[in-house]
Amino acid sequence: MSTETEAVEAPEPSYLAAHRGWKSWAFSVDHKRIAVMYLVATTLFMIAGGVMAGLVRIELFTAAGDLLDADQYNRAFTLHGSIMVFLVIIPAAPAVLGNFVLPLMLGARDVAFPKLNLASFHVYMLGASMLLMAMVLGSFDTGWTFYTPYSSTTVGPVAWALTGVFILGFSSILTGLNFIVTIHKMRPPGMTWLRLPLMLWSMYATSAVQILATPVLAITVLLLIIERSIGIGIFDPTLGGDPVLFQHFFWFYSHPAVYIMILPAFGIVSEMVAVHSQRSIFGYKGIAGSSLAIAIVGSLVWGHHMFTSGQSIYSSVLFSFLTFFIAVPTAIKVFSWVATMYKGRIQFTPPMMYVFSFLALFMIGGLTGVVLGALSIDVHLHDTYYVVAHFHYVMMGGAILTYIGGLHHWWPKMFGRMYPMRLANITSALVFISFNLTFLPMFVVGSRGMPRRYYEYIASFESLNQIATVGAICLGASLFVTLGYLIYGAFRGEIASENPWNAKSLEWQTASPPIEHNFHYQPTVSSTPYDYDGAEAEEEQKVAEASK
Amino acid sequence: MGASHHASDQPEWVAPFFESAEQQRSAASMGMWLFLAQEILFFSGLFMAYIAYRWLYPQTWLSGAEVLNKWMGAANTVVLLTSSLTMVLAIRDLQLKKTVMAVRWIWITVGLAGMFLVVKAFEYAHKFHMGIFPGSHYEGGAVEGMAGVFFGIYYTATGLHALHVVIGMGLLGWLAMKIRNGSVTAENDVLAENLGLYWHLVDLVWIFLFPMLYLVK
Repeated sequence: MSTETEAVEAPEPSYLAAHRGWKSWAFSVDHKRIAVMYLVATTLFMIAGGVMAGLVRIELFTAAGDLLDADQYNRAFTLHGSIMVFLVIIPAAPAVLGNFVLPLMLGARDVAFPKLNLASFHVYMLGASMLLMAMVLGSFDTGWTFYTPYSSTTVGPVAWALTGVFILGFSSILTGLNFIVTIHKMRPPGMTWLRLPLMLWSMYATSAVQILATPVLAITVLLLIIERSIGIGIFDPTLGGDPVLFQHFFWFYSHPAVYIMILPAFGIVSEMVAVHSQRSIFGYKGIAGSSLAIAIVGSLVWGHHMFTSGQSIYSSVLFSFLTFFIAVPTAIKVFSWVATMYKGRIQFTPPMMYVFSFLALFMIGGLTGVVLGALSIDVHLHDTYYVVAHFHYVMMGGAILTYIGGLHHWWPKMFGRMYPMRLANITSALVFISFNLTFLPMFVVGSRGMPRRYYEYIASFESLNQIATVGAICLGASLFVTLGYLIYGAFRGEIASENPWNAKSLEWQTASPPIEHNFHYQPTVSSTPYDYDGAEAEEEQKVAEASK
Repeated sequence: MGASHHASDQPEWVAPFFESAEQQRSAASMGMWLFLAQEILFFSGLFMAYIAYRWLYPQTWLSGAEVLNKWMGAANTVVLLTSSLTMVLAIRDLQLKKTVMAVRWIWITVGLAGMFLVVKAFEYAHKFHMGIFPGSHYEGGAVEGMAGVFFGIYYTATGLHALHVVIGMGLLGWLAMKIRNGSVTAENDVLAENLGLYWHLVDLVWIFLFPMLYLVK
């Protein structure tokens, strides 16, 4: 990549130092400050959701229900699920990393609609407080899936939680809209679609799903709120409604939502694997195109959540086929990442450790998903711990741990300081080991028939559950160490250079941390950001010479 | 900061992070189209529910449509279609720099929207009078089968549409102010274009709701 530089008159303060006082944060329209605010908020919510997970795991340490009673247990897993899904995984990668790096990768000064970006954050906080009010106000125990008829008849502050989810949806839609317009309209000179960093291809696919699927969730929860308040009979079977229709509506959003969660992780891995192997990415077009294919096909597989809900067997066959099919674009990505490492100069940096971890965990999560997509097997495994293990491998092992890896990758850019690398490497290994200790046993108990969402279970599953609980405690501890050294790094770590990883995308060509207006000059681009062997630059030169 | 990042010969209504007025305009326009796409998906949930329950309870749907007042629905369709026309005339006059006329056409559009809501209110009042309430509160008796579900969908769909009309009236009033104080002009007219698009969508949703609920046999 080449850049045109201009003389810089005086050193400019970074975005962190440019203004002071809480108002300069809370009402900032700077995408970098908004990203940092999202970072703080999602981290706090992740701790809250993690505490709930801890309660669930400690209760399950023994087969008998002793720590929590049934009602408290229901509330604990409901809060764990809804906090982690709606407040952490869906917003974290797009709103933190996406917000921070998207305009920088485009060499732009900001996103297309900075005020809308700030509004998304405020709307997010409003929705989050509504959802958390449900926790304070009483027994919110429907599970994050809000299945009718239980959710339409149970007493308790379900409407608060639903209103929170409705409001959070706006935040998600507005962020997606902002990103798509920014990628379309604000690319720098020379950045054609096929020179777009892969992070941006996956943010584009994510945003498309956010815009097209989230409004369906909005109308679904709105109908449920109306059903609860005046009983319009749309989901309540006693009034003539069809609870399975709710499941269709809900999963029409919530299955694509798992791609809102995992697609940004694909982008993060694509960046990290190329930079930390110092190698041009293998199969650029395959990785970019498969993100779009996943976004499209992923919107057509929602029925695989309902194989046992009495939907037509012909629909089930189609949904099962599409579920198998989605493994194809996903596999294209995984093979491309592995091929990128081949003959690369692999750096054993913390982001690379998270790439290794992602490849292993996502493979397990993805392949068990194919198992669950098989009609006859799903009848046995539906609503067992096998499903719980599967989606934690994808959602936590795939999405959250990769998001944390992405934080390690962009941390020196965000804060201009490096965290202790050795400690980070060791901790990432501990996270990986304790993650497997927690969730691998669940595949075993699940396939033997242990159902999810019960606070007690038969004694023969006890030893495996105890392993899982010990693993969960180790996992929580390792993640707290990670949080500790990242915070230490941000404030006290060694000063990082502009480009500590020798990366080629545009965000690494400005100061660390970036100045308020991102760049002193308008960057231009003449190749993909993965041109480590210089092949593309050579090609460019040949074309230029030939045209002379 | 680098002067080259933002050419200083831009009109002052171009935000500093855009390279040109054209870039700002096309970004705003694309943002609006994406917003409309999500609006359509929002309403699609209601259309889907309508289709599913029409399939389950065909007889209820037939007799439910008979109870709705076709003439009032038709009158409202004419009112909304006319308001779309006056909105287009407003934008055209704005672009021809006839500011006073543009503002006048916008207020006429708002007036027609108000007229739509008045007719709607009469319809609702008449139904309530007959005991036709949504869902479990239904006491009408005139409709066979699951009348509560039909009228649940009727009230929710037309109610959400009416809410969009109210929001549109507010936005159009705001646009009229902005034209009058000179912050929306013939050159910088993308806000007017975008609100026009929104208004046409509100119109379009009704164009689907009216035949589905009132007419289809």
